[in-house]
Amino acid sequence: MATQEAATTTSPAQNVHPKLQSKSPSGPMAERWTKHKFDLKLINPANRRKFKVLVVGTGLAGSAASATLAEMGYKVTTLCIHDSPRRAHSIAAQGGINAAKNYPNDGDSIFRLFYDTVKGGDFRARESNVHRLAECSTQIIDQCVAQGVPFAREYGGLLANRSFGGAQVSRTFYARGQTGQQLLLGAYSALSRQVGLGRINLRPRREMLDLVVVDGVARGVIARNLATGEIEKYAADVVLMCTGGYGNVFYLSTNAKNCNVTATWRAHKRGAYFANPCFTQIHPTCIPVSGHYQSKLTLMSESLRNDGRVWVPSKMSDTRSPEQIPETERDYYLERKYPSFGNLVPRDIASRSAKEQTDAGKGVGSTKMAVFLDFRDAITRDGEDAIRARYGNLFQMYARITGENPYKTPMRIYPAVHYTMGGLWVDYNLESTIPGLFVLGEANFSDHGANRLGASALMQGLADGYFVIPATIAAHLAGRALPAVTEDHPEFRAVAQQVTDRTQRLLGIKGKRSADSIHRQLGNIVWNQIGMARTASGLQSAMRDIAALREEFWNNVNVPGSGADLNQQLENAGRVADFLEFAELTARDAYEREESCGGHFREEHQTPDGEAQRDDVKFQHAAAWEYNGEGKPETRNIEPLTFEVVKPAQRNYK
Amino acid sequence: MSESMHITLNVWRQKNAQEEGRLEAHACDVSPDMSFLEVLDVLNDKLVSEGKEAIAFEHDCREGICGSCSLVLNGQAHGPHKNTTTCQLHMRSFKSGDNITVEPFRAAAFPVLKDLVVDRSAFDRIQQSGGYVSVNTGSAPAANAVLVPKDDADSAMDAAQCIGCGACVAACPNASAMLFVSAKIAHLGLLPQGQPERKKRALAMVSAMDREGFGNCSNHFECGAACPKGISVANIARLNRDWLGAVLTEREERKDQGD
Ligand SMILES: Cc1cc2nc3c(=O)[nH]c(=O)nc-3n(C[C@H](O)[C@H](O)[C@H](O)COP(=O)(O)OP(=O)(O)OC[C@H]3O[C@@H](n4cnc5c(N)ncnc54)[C@H](O)[C@@H]3O)c2cc1C
Ligand code: FES
Repeated sequence: MATQEAATTTSPAQNVHPKLQSKSPSGPMAERWTKHKFDLKLINPANRRKFKVLVVGTGLAGSAASATLAEMGYKVTTLCIHDSPRRAHSIAAQGGINAAKNYPNDGDSIFRLFYDTVKGGDFRARESNVHRLAECSTQIIDQCVAQGVPFAREYGGLLANRSFGGAQVSRTFYARGQTGQQLLLGAYSALSRQVGLGRINLRPRREMLDLVVVDGVARGVIARNLATGEIEKYAADVVLMCTGGYGNVFYLSTNAKNCNVTATWRAHKRGAYFANPCFTQIHPTCIPVSGHYQSKLTLMSESLRNDGRVWVPSKMSDTRSPEQIPETERDYYLERKYPSFGNLVPRDIASRSAKEQTDAGKGVGSTKMAVFLDFRDAITRDGEDAIRARYGNLFQMYARITGENPYKTPMRIYPAVHYTMGGLWVDYNLESTIPGLFVLGEANFSDHGANRLGASALMQGLADGYFVIPATIAAHLAGRALPAVTEDHPEFRAVAQQVTDRTQRLLGIKGKRSADSIHRQLGNIVWNQIGMARTASGLQSAMRDIAALREEFWNNVNVPGSGADLNQQLENAGRVADFLEFAELTARDAYEREESCGGHFREEHQTPDGEAQRDDVKFQHAAAWEYNGEGKPETRNIEPLTFEVVKPAQRNYK
Repeated sequence: MSESMHITLNVWRQKNAQEEGRLEAHACDVSPDMSFLEVLDVLNDKLVSEGKEAIAFEHDCREGICGSCSLVLNGQAHGPHKNTTTCQLHMRSFKSGDNITVEPFRAAAFPVLKDLVVDRSAFDRIQQSGGYVSVNTGSAPAANAVLVPKDDADSAMDAAQCIGCGACVAACPNASAMLFVSAKIAHLGLLPQGQPERKKRALAMVSAMDREGFGNCSNHFECGAACPKGISVANIARLNRDWLGAVLTEREERKDQGD
């Protein structure tokens, strides 16, 4: 039988949806991962080369997984959208990566990183996964240093650390303001080495457009060769999706332009449950929108909040330039509201507080949709050179985009969509509800709950790719009988035909609007109704508006050119079509989750002082949505979350 | 919003690698706060609404880090500003009435795929030949076991910032990839982790570069001027030293083996 159950280390939980068994090991939290690794089957090195592994995506998760699995001897094929694996969106991460090394001796530990992450996620993440993440964090740093990642160092030659949003210890490792770049180039170098050795078949400029499921098991994908337009088939014994987040459903976000939901959404339509799509992160410090042509937003790293102070004028509609506003007429509202965390409160709280100020008419700049991030005091204290050494490239980036000098005048910042905690549901092995389909990095839902702490996505991507998947993949490969399936299997032909038909359909509409203009309109709906503050009525109208816009798309989009060559309009149209379906589910998820938690803020559910009010009785679970077919409402299934170690409490950063 | 500017873009259009290309003029009204790529977005939107094919150009991060954007503006790779990628260039750098010629990065090793999109996979193949430290996952020593002087780490980081865009190649009269290769050689060569394979790496990467059809370096140093990340041409000297050292050692070793 093909779908024979994979090896598990626990017996199935009663009263839990059969497909949503977390497979979390039992026993003491700190021993679970070790125990689980021991319980997992091993595949002997000679057998590994018999297994074909297909990796989709070459961000931190995909590159790390591809390299490691190839080193172990698996036959790896890796696809990515970009012309080169090195261009994956991970390259843009700025601030840093957390690890519980406790080098500064300031009281950090694996337990503290675990604790902070569970609490930071507002008790909507799975404890066992988070603990494993914290455990892997220290090995990640060792691995990256050995690859030659040039992390910042102290004069004595030891690695330097800084504290990063939401943490009271200094556990963040960084490479100037380009940590993501350096970590990705490290993983890319490991991947390149395996490509050079002939152990990875690297296929850049390929977009996965569908998943092929044979007898209930994921057996490959259909991809479009973006240079030639050819529809290609890739069969494998296991599929790893490492395709990143869906922040671009908002159109304007800090994500790179190619970030999309297509891979995960199409896998969803083949049976992978989508968990918590409404858990999106709005980052508090981005450069504000300047005009209607705006194509994306630029993040100003959270690390800036270590030295920058956030403020607005105390008076409404104050038009004076910041230098003219005396100290007594400035409201350093984060320091005022949260004396112990001050400017370092978690992202969701910092973002909502900024919105509160602009809603109250205290916004600054010509659009009034911004607050100040001021370095005056830090420059007086440490000198301009010290600030330049810490943030030089960020200041330069700001100056380039705005034409202003942030050493002299405070930065103007505003929240923008940045990261998506939701994603395909996975169990402890990172396997989705489709056996044989594993999901890594930002594309899965598992570790950050309702809010992600700064510097922990890089950690998760690399933990999943370097350390988790190389162990857990065996649960599938050694645990199930996998009959040989090749690209000639009828299911591959059928799905390839569906992909071709869809492409032809997009090309055939010949309406009046570009996919981009419809995407921009979608972004407006999503930002206004599923953004920083959500209400039942707003979400209902969002669902209606999105459905109407989807109609408009399928009747009035124009995709010029053909499917038989490089056609970026066609690529984009396919992604926008998926966003239009996905956005409606996001609205519905936000609508059904009648509580506030982390980045999901329902105005109806707040404490008297305006903080998120969770409802642990009704909503201490992950919502995992099940696709039921075109035009039919999805089913909301749940995975209950239990907190055995960190007891749920109202988050308090005061 | 600031007042609008009128500019003319002369954009390279080429259907595919086989067909000849040509410049196509487009008049555009733009805001000084727009980025250069946003001008192309707006133009593309207009072309599409007129039922015409949009201009293909590569881009992704739009903040100067992914290395996707690859345009030559009025003959300069990434346009007029130092240390700036095309995606970071704003229209306030031009003036109303300007004519801007927009072409792809050109080099024999970077064939045009369509319009402004070129194939830069040669860079990946150079990396695959030796641009790494051979360390398998899980076999790394504790991170602080090896001390790295701060100055070395900083210099390694200076070189490691290369975004692999290929502007150096596009700017070089010989279409040489020496700056790109030397950045990786310097990054790894400055760190203790990179020492064991230092010579081997120089030999492998230089011969991969030659295989890909990049030209020789004849010290024009246009590459350094065009590099959006300020990668220093001094790295080229380091590459030459490492390579020469490696060639000499290799000869010695061959002699010893009676080869
Ligand atoms: C501006 C910015 C700064 C950030 N800074 C930090 C930070 O300081 N610290 C931190 O911890 N996190 C940070 N993050 C978050 C972090 O960078 C990301 O969450 C993380 O890098 C995601 O990695 P990934 O491997 O999951 O996906 P990605 O890096 O997004 O990679 C996705 C890959 O999938 C491929 N792909 C996607 N769809 C398809 C498809 N259909 N077919 C084929 N291939 C496909 C892409 O080509 C790409 O290779 C930042 C994010 C942003 C936007
Ligand atoms: S688009 Fe990424 S560097 Fe220009």
